Amino acid sequence: MEPVATTFFFYLLSGLAILSGVLVITRKNPVHSALALILTLLCLAGLYLMLYAPFVAGVQIILYVGGIMVLFLFVIMLVNLERSQKEKQFNQQWVPGILAAVALGVLFVTIYIKGDALFVRPEMRFPEAENTQQIGQMLYSNYMFPFEIASLLLLVAIIGAVVMAKKRI
Amino acid sequence: MAPITTIHYLVVAAALFVLGVIGVLTRRNVVIVLMSVELILNAVNLNLVAFSRIWGLHGQVFAIFVITDAAAEAAVGLGILIAFFRNKETVNVDEIDLLKW
Repeated sequence: MEPVATTFFFYLLSGLAILSGVLVITRKNPVHSALALILTLLCLAGLYLMLYAPFVAGVQIILYVGGIMVLFLFVIMLVNLERSQKEKQFNQQWVPGILAAVALGVLFVTIYIKGDALFVRPEMRFPEAENTQQIGQMLYSNYMFPFEIASLLLLVAIIGAVVMAKKRI
Repeated sequence: MAPITTIHYLVVAAALFVLGVIGVLTRRNVVIVLMSVELILNAVNLNLVAFSRIWGLHGQVFAIFVITDAAAEAAVGLGILIAFFRNKETVNVDEIDLLKW
């Protein structure tokens, strides 16, 4: 099946992602920032679907939006102070910070313009129904070692988070 | 309009990366700084998945590992925040200066 209206959906999803990214870094209330970040993550999941990566899109929605952002919202509810929304929101080094970030953006755009010849034009088309199977085969053959290390990392993160959030160790 | 190539996705990822860097460098609230770090990680993920269309499935597997690491890091970072919030009732980055000489 050929994709339809690719340009429209790309510009819609990427514009919405960048707009809600701006909302993440400028809102006073951290709950508003978290909701804007959820919108960004959902738009990115749509972009992954357009890039023929349905498994990564599913993992993004389930793990990132459904796990990590819910954890963020829990912690925001625990540490949300009313008076922190009336104080200054931006620190004193905001001008050098924005200048450094804009310099980084200019560097990226320069690299993309100069390296234009390196991007292969006809992109591959993966068969859509086999994405999960092929990722599974790669995870258990090529990437077996990082897979095991990732499980060890998650164990360490669980122990660390529980120990740090306890009242008396 | 021009057909959507890989560079379009890379420019979107670069814009999200720059927004995340601005958020990390300029905000005072620790939770929003952590959320800006998540923005940076998502920009990297978009880059990886965009390139995986050209070079094979390795980019998507790497993106899955990045999401796993982001989960672990968010859990530990928020645990540190809660542990600190119990000592000193603040969430501002410039008031967390107990080690300052």
